[in-house]
Amino acid sequence: MKKLRLAVQLIFTILTNGYAYGYLNGKIYRGRLKYACVPGLNCYSCPGAVASCPIGALQALLNRQGFSIPFGMLGFFFLVGSLLGRFVCGWLCPFGLVQDLLHKIPVFRKRKRLPLHHILKFGKYVALLLFVCVGSVFLFGGFAKVPAFCKYICPSGTLFGAIPLLVANESLRSQAGGLFLWKLGILLLLLLLSVKVYRPFCQYLCPLGAIYGWFNRFSLVQVHWEKQQCISCGACERACPVSLSVHEISRSPECIRCGKCMEACPADCLYFFRRSCKGDSLKREG
Amino acid sequence: MGFWKNSKPPAWLWGVLTGILFLGIGILQGQFAVIWKKAVMICMECIGIG
Repeated sequence: MKKLRLAVQLIFTILTNGYAYGYLNGKIYRGRLKYACVPGLNCYSCPGAVASCPIGALQALLNRQGFSIPFGMLGFFFLVGSLLGRFVCGWLCPFGLVQDLLHKIPVFRKRKRLPLHHILKFGKYVALLLFVCVGSVFLFGGFAKVPAFCKYICPSGTLFGAIPLLVANESLRSQAGGLFLWKLGILLLLLLLSVKVYRPFCQYLCPLGAIYGWFNRFSLVQVHWEKQQCISCGACERACPVSLSVHEISRSPECIRCGKCMEACPADCLYFFRRSCKGDSLKREG
Repeated sequence: MGFWKNSKPPAWLWGVLTGILFLGIGILQGQFAVIWKKAVMICMECIGIG
């Protein structure tokens, strides 16, 4: 499962950021694929990006003159969220992959959560409401509409968009100033924190995770738990990178469907798709 | 017949249908053209310049 997930993450990241010409020339892809969005957070100003970022797209709709309901993006979130929930975060998000890889670096004693997690976990909802919705409409531009999340926070935009573009494009490099340094600081802080804490951006700041988390309770892709077969050993909770108990796994908005609980379960009672349970035979043998 | 009487469509299916409906409305309102126009220009805010 671990290798499969890493392979899916790598392949998806390469496929959705595969416009090599952009990296070489400091330009971005301008084709028709950008009518569509990728499911994960992936800046559309990344020179390699072949499709749009869902949070950037939502803000683009909210930034228009007047106010109209962004049906197109609501539809996208309902469709992807109802099918996958936060499976997107665990398997299909390029910035999630970066944080996963950094967390594998064998320095520091690893932590699953930050102190005050029970409060900080609401940060992603604040980011969604304050920076994506309200901020996009009027707050940060002095009543001018700005994509506030992209402008002031998004570390994915800095990593995949700003840095490659500034490296390859001299005219852009000459314009970078205080705002870029602010965003670079946020990126570096989150990347450093990722080495110690499991996916700090996903757990505490990502507005896309906040949206998909809402769909976790009823999405098609679930982590099913066969309660009758469970031997209550707690292995799944210990293996869960965000410390969810077996009762919370899957339906919790924090579950990213990484599958580590399934690997750890000795009775094989957790699985993506319904099937007969190995724990049945284990219990009979016991 | 009993199968159809007793089975309730799962919630995710309602979510998918709602998603398709909203996507359709968004397409009819030209919202994806707005997204495309934004996505094919370098977003100065996104890269910390604008």
